[in-house]
Amino acid sequence: MASTEEIRTGLAEIVNEITGVPADDVQLDKSFTDDLDIDSLSMVEVVVAAEEKFGVKIPDEEVKNLATVGDAVSYIEKAGS
Amino acid sequence: MSEPTVPGGRILEGKRILVTGVLTDSSFAFHTARLAQLAGATVVVTGFGRMSLVERIAKRLPHEAPVLELDVQDDTHLDSLAERVGEHVDGLDGVVHSIAFAPTTALGGAFLDTTFDDVSTAMQVSAYSLKSLTTATLPLMPSGGSVVGMDFDAQVAWPGYDWMGVAKAGLEATTRYLAKYLGERHVRVNLVSAGPVKTMAARSIPGFDQFEGVWDERAPLGWDLGDPEPAARGVVALLSDWFPKTTGEIVHVDGGVHAMGA
Repeated sequence: MASTEEIRTGLAEIVNEITGVPADDVQLDKSFTDDLDIDSLSMVEVVVAAEEKFGVKIPDEEVKNLATVGDAVSYIEKAGS
Repeated sequence: MSEPTVPGGRILEGKRILVTGVLTDSSFAFHTARLAQLAGATVVVTGFGRMSLVERIAKRLPHEAPVLELDVQDDTHLDSLAERVGEHVDGLDGVVHSIAFAPTTALGGAFLDTTFDDVSTAMQVSAYSLKSLTTATLPLMPSGGSVVGMDFDAQVAWPGYDWMGVAKAGLEATTRYLAKYLGERHVRVNLVSAGPVKTMAARSIPGFDQFEGVWDERAPLGWDLGDPEPAARGVVALLSDWFPKTTGEIVHVDGGVHAMGA
C-alpha cells in the first residue's frame, strides 16, 4: 500500500493535470474549494481520476466530506487498505 | 451493478444509438449508454464542457464508446454532428437527449425576477435543443428511428425548479410537434419523465431536497433517489422495437407519483 506521501503526491499530480493548480500547492492542510479554488465539476473529475489511479471507490455522498487534501488522502488510504 | 445481466434481454441488438449528456457515472445518460450496450447496441456518446471528464467516464462503460463534443448552442457543433457520428457508425437507430441547463438566476425561487435572456438560455438548451439534435441527426436515420428525451413532470409547479419547469413544459410540447412532423419519416419521439435522482444536474437545483420527501411519501412503488437505472431502462425500452406505434408520448418512470392525488 502506498504511503501517505505517495498518495498526496499522486493526488497532487491529478489536481495539477485537471485544474492547472501547481502540484506543490496541493498540501494536506489545503481546502479544495477555499485554498485551491477547485469547482464542483473539477472535483468530480479529480475523484474519478483518483479512483482509477488508486483503485478505490469514492461514493458521491463521501465527496462532500472531503474538504481538504488531507481528508482525501486519508480516505484513499483507508479505502485501499 | 451486477454485469452483464441484461433486464429484458438484448432488445437493442444491432442498433446504433447516440447518447448525449454523459457527464458522470451517476448521470441518466451514462446508465442509458451502459444498458444500451448490454442490450446489444453500438453506442456513441456526446458530452459538453468537461470533455476530459466525459472521456474518463466513457471508459467505464462495458465497451468503451467514442466521445464527441456537442454544445447545443453552437451551430457548428450541430451542423457537423451527423458527419462526426458517421465516422463511427454507418447510421443511427436511436438518439437520446439528456441535456438541460438553466442559469442560477432561473432556479431557486427568483422566478419573478428572472430576465428573458436567462429564460431564453434555459429554453434553448433544455427544450429547443430536442428539435436541433433531432434535425441534426435526421440524415443518419433515413428509414426512421427513435428519439428519447429526459423529462421532469411539468404539469405542476415544483419548489425552486422555476424556469426549468417552464423549459420542461416546452420540451413536452416540442416532443408532440416533433412526433407530428416526423411521423411520416418513421421517427418516433418520446420522453421519459423520471422521478428525482441525485445526479450532478440535480445537485445544482436549489431546493432539490424538497422533492425527496414527496417521492418517499407518494410513490406507490417506492423510489430510490440514488438509482438512475429505472429511468435508463425506460429509455432503452423506448429505443427498442417494442414501442412501434408510440410517439409524442411521456412515459413516467417515477414510482407512480404522477398518478397520485396525495
